[in-house]
Amino acid sequence: MTIKRRHTEELPEHPDFLWKNPSPKKSYDVIVIGAGGHGLATAYYLAKNFGITNVAVLEKGYLAGGNMGRNTTIIRSNYLWDESAGIYEKSLQLWEGLEEEVGYEMFFDQRGVMTLAHSVSDLRSKQRNFYANAVNDIDSQWLTPEEVKKIAPIVNISPDVRYPVLGATYQARGGIAKHDWVAWGYAKAASDLGVDLIQGCEVKKVKVENGKVVGVDTNQGFISANKVAMAAAGHTSVLSEMAGFRVPLQSRPLQALVSELLEHVLDTVIMSGAVHVYVSQAHKGELVMGAGTDAYNSYAQRGGFHVIEHQLASALELFPIFSRAHLLRTWGGIVDIAPDASPILGLTPVEHLYINSGWGTGGFKATPGSGWAFADTIAHNRPHDLVKPYSLNRFVTGHLIDEHGAAGVAH
Amino acid sequence: MLLINCPWCGPRDETEFHYGSEAHIGYPEKPEDLTDKQWAEYIFYRNNPKGWFAERWVHNVGCRRWFNIWRNTVNHEFGPSYKPFTKQPSRPQ
Ligand SMILES: Cc1cc2nc3c(=O)[nH]c(=O)nc-3n(C[C@H](O)[C@H](O)[C@H](O)COP(=O)(O)OP(=O)(O)OC[C@H]3O[C@@H](n4cnc5c(N)ncnc54)[C@H](O)[C@@H]3O)c2cc1C
Ligand SMILES: [Zn+2]
Repeated sequence: MTIKRRHTEELPEHPDFLWKNPSPKKSYDVIVIGAGGHGLATAYYLAKNFGITNVAVLEKGYLAGGNMGRNTTIIRSNYLWDESAGIYEKSLQLWEGLEEEVGYEMFFDQRGVMTLAHSVSDLRSKQRNFYANAVNDIDSQWLTPEEVKKIAPIVNISPDVRYPVLGATYQARGGIAKHDWVAWGYAKAASDLGVDLIQGCEVKKVKVENGKVVGVDTNQGFISANKVAMAAAGHTSVLSEMAGFRVPLQSRPLQALVSELLEHVLDTVIMSGAVHVYVSQAHKGELVMGAGTDAYNSYAQRGGFHVIEHQLASALELFPIFSRAHLLRTWGGIVDIAPDASPILGLTPVEHLYINSGWGTGGFKATPGSGWAFADTIAHNRPHDLVKPYSLNRFVTGHLIDEHGAAGVAH
Repeated sequence: MLLINCPWCGPRDETEFHYGSEAHIGYPEKPEDLTDKQWAEYIFYRNNPKGWFAERWVHNVGCRRWFNIWRNTVNHEFGPSYKPFTKQPSRPQ
């Protein structure tokens, strides 16, 4: 199926019901916990690539009501380490054909992602990242401040500011997509293939017998399963504890905000880790911005307003033109952060129980790649090659994948 | 913004503090005896409860001292704060 790309003025009305809302069956081959992007993509690829269709996705709230519906939708693959290059680049390649594959529009838009450097050490680490990308065959360009200005004329490149722009990396294949449409696309395609999407179904206990998972207790009763896959983002620690093991994750609020609808002034994505802000302008014209996480552990899906003020102060210095824009709405999600700011994926100490977590502040972009490789991991009961480096065991062996520079602060 | 009760200075804005994560993590008594798994637990594993959590903060633009405090991670309600090496107040209900 070919997808026609639409422009702003043609944005469609919200769609009618796209999937069935069945009651849970007594038993499934695979239960996926969490109907965020990763859970939905996992279910889709289980059905599509492995013919495993006796699958339920259990969601305690509503579909994509967690981080999937709250993120700032930045997509890129220019991370530092080889392991990251592997899974994020696989993901970007899947994005490039995704709307056609699932037969649903997602407004995937490769408008480029720019990451600014503001100090000498920042510049060096961005250049290191740029060279690492070259070695891994990931498209990336180095921009001078003047080149930054050419691509994004509204950026202030004056040297006379607290954090001057000294250069930037630019991934032209990066961009954004509409997160809710991505979730709906995967949900519809999975549902059409026979997957049960069950909303309002909270897992209360992961049942384990003789070291092997046998099903889950939910507010809709016990549901048995041969395999159970956790894709619960900020709630992974809670679920792991139910299954009897610990994970090295901390749940933190991450906030974002939008302005009112404005004329189009920015047609790329701009991130700045050093001053804690990233910005894009959505299809309809609102500025979408995010920042760093709040400092403390939380499950409250909200954070402090001083974090928003801080990011707006940075935004104004970089984009003086934003000074007249109005803040329309802010919100928060709960992100699960690992000590090395990389995901934790694969098998767990419990047989037939799988973990997909730790995507923290940057997992939206990984939705297709993560679902694709996780489905393979579940189907074969062994970690896919792209998943292998992300095992829980890396915290014992010391093989950390330190992406703090790339993922811990911004996306 | 949280209003955090420093046990030395009293309630102050969150922006005066830095977060120190889970409280009561002591340095291993016999580090030379630890297995890799135990090291991993000491360095990387911290509790992440949904509910009451005893955590550390430092009042870095005030008295610059560390302390512990109970806080509920579901609604950000605070329980008692207490100085290091003092008896931990029981978990609020
Ligand atoms: C403000 C913000 C901005 C972000 N910006 C970006 C960005 O620009 N680019 C990027 O790549 N990433 C970004 N992210 C990160 C990205 O959103 C997450 O990494 C990703 O969405 C996590 O995977 P998910 O979609 O599966 O999570 P979620 O959508 O959170 O899905 C997990 C689901 O599990 C459900 N669940 C939990 N416990 C249970 C239970 N016991 N029973 C049943 N269901 C349960 C939850 O209700 C939830 O729906 C951002 C996140 C936030 C919060
Ligand atoms: Zn004090």
